[in-house]
Amino acid sequence: MTAIYKRELRSYFITPIGYVFAGMFLTVSGLLFSWLVLSADNSGAYSYAKISNYFVYLLFVFSVLIPLLTMKLLSEEKKQKTEQLLLTSPVSLTGVVIAKYLAALTIFAATLLVNSLNYILLYIYGNPNAAVILSNILGLFLIGASFIAIGLFLSSVTENQLIAAVSSIAVIVALLLISLLADTIEKEFFRVILKWFSVIDRYAPFTLGYFDIPAIIYFVSFTAVFLFLTVRVYEKRRWS
Amino acid sequence: MVEISHLSKNYGDKKAVNDISFSVEEGEIMGFLGPNGAGKSTTLNILTGFLSATSGSAKIDGIDILEQPLEAKKLIGFLPEIPPLYPDMTVAEYMNFCYELKGCKLPRKQHLHEIGEVVKIADVNKRLIKNLSKGYRQRVGIAQALIGNPKVLIFDEPTIGLDPKQIIEIRNLIKHLGKNHTVILSTHILPEVQAVCDRIVIINKGRIVANEKTENLVNAVDGTRRLVAKIVGPEDQVLQLLRSTQGVKFADKLGRRDTDSVSYLIESQENVDIRKPLFYALARASYPLIGLEGDELNLEDIFMRLVDPQKKEKTEKRRRNASQAPEAGKRSGEKQ
Repeated sequence: MTAIYKRELRSYFITPIGYVFAGMFLTVSGLLFSWLVLSADNSGAYSYAKISNYFVYLLFVFSVLIPLLTMKLLSEEKKQKTEQLLLTSPVSLTGVVIAKYLAALTIFAATLLVNSLNYILLYIYGNPNAAVILSNILGLFLIGASFIAIGLFLSSVTENQLIAAVSSIAVIVALLLISLLADTIEKEFFRVILKWFSVIDRYAPFTLGYFDIPAIIYFVSFTAVFLFLTVRVYEKRRWS
Repeated sequence: MVEISHLSKNYGDKKAVNDISFSVEEGEIMGFLGPNGAGKSTTLNILTGFLSATSGSAKIDGIDILEQPLEAKKLIGFLPEIPPLYPDMTVAEYMNFCYELKGCKLPRKQHLHEIGEVVKIADVNKRLIKNLSKGYRQRVGIAQALIGNPKVLIFDEPTIGLDPKQIIEIRNLIKHLGKNHTVILSTHILPEVQAVCDRIVIINKGRIVANEKTENLVNAVDGTRRLVAKIVGPEDQVLQLLRSTQGVKFADKLGRRDTDSVSYLIESQENVDIRKPLFYALARASYPLIGLEGDELNLEDIFMRLVDPQKKEKTEKRRRNASQAPEAGKRSGEKQ
């Protein structure tokens, strides 16, 4: 399992994907940060709202960048027929999936951590609420982790990287927009269900500085479900 | 060492493998033969745990691949039809990756070095796999299977797409490996199994049609024996005599002539040894018999008969025609 994890991490940096992901992430989030947070009029109660806006924008950046990380994780193995090596080695199916997942998660978390250095700038200008910043970082991490699980799952159902990437983007954007859609629905029953799935609604407490336990459980189980489904895809293929 | 019993695999309605059973003894090199699409790869993929069987079981050294997959997989080195290589890694990186992946406990440097020597990839260690030639890729694939010194080696069409020199090299390598491992070699190239394997299992349309020691296969398929005789004497009379001898089913000139003798192809009826009657008949008529050799069916013929019985007659004709060609003496099946 560690062998797969290490190989995957390495492959992010022998192909340009790792650099593209980290570079794009840091550039775009840096621009957003300076535009939305630093150069904005940060007086009074507004400032929290501005920072929260920034975090919501970041989610849309994720929708494009995270599929970059996940698109080739499993699809490429299938295309190159190397999955035959992995699946006939003394490593469990779950082990393979988790190793791949952790590799993508590591790159994502490392980039997120580097990106968090931006917030230090805030202390030069004022005295921001540390809880808001920390809970936002945690929220972003959890959402990223669940998006990676979605990307990994979609990468397991195709052998084409591009299809894996495009479908992941579509699903993630849909999850982000579901909240807007829910607001337009009259019937309360459907609205509540859609809201329940809405990532942004789940994320909201984090932007306000709450470490929202139900939301944490929500994202963790969201991730677990997609990892489980990925294992099932392989199981099913083995048996059919 | 390897035991497959009543194995079936359905893809939807299609039965890719249909109730097959065979076993491979320790230290044996088994040839697994069949036309494309016969179910060879499916069987091997089940045996290695890549696919699951619809019914039946596959055991490696008594360990069921389905019940204890991790233990069973440790005993197998597998080279799939397409070698599972990562093009963006160097050979050394790839070998180290496989070493860790398989959880190998042998001393790393020495073990990988030894494998590199055996399959002759030491000189490409630092090259990217995507820049390697087909022959080298195949060898890296074999090297990967050898990591951890597994008891059972499974090669799925290891010589496909190689040039003749490489084919011979890989064949010799497999023969060499067969000394210390149990080997299953899948192929549709007949001389390959003849050259390498102790035993042959032939599969067609998902069913086993033959399972014999290589040397027994010929007799198992066909009781008739063929002889090539060199006889001195007038051709027409000799031929007439041959045809009238008891037990002879077919006789004809082969068109090969030495200074004074002519070669004839003679087929006996099933399970009849015609060598003695032939000798006496010729001796009585004073036609000296100066050479007699068995003309065994070669694997190609056997294969065609097993795989497609209707083609038997056609093959027969083709054989006779081929026999009459001047270079017929070089038939690969001929026992020296």
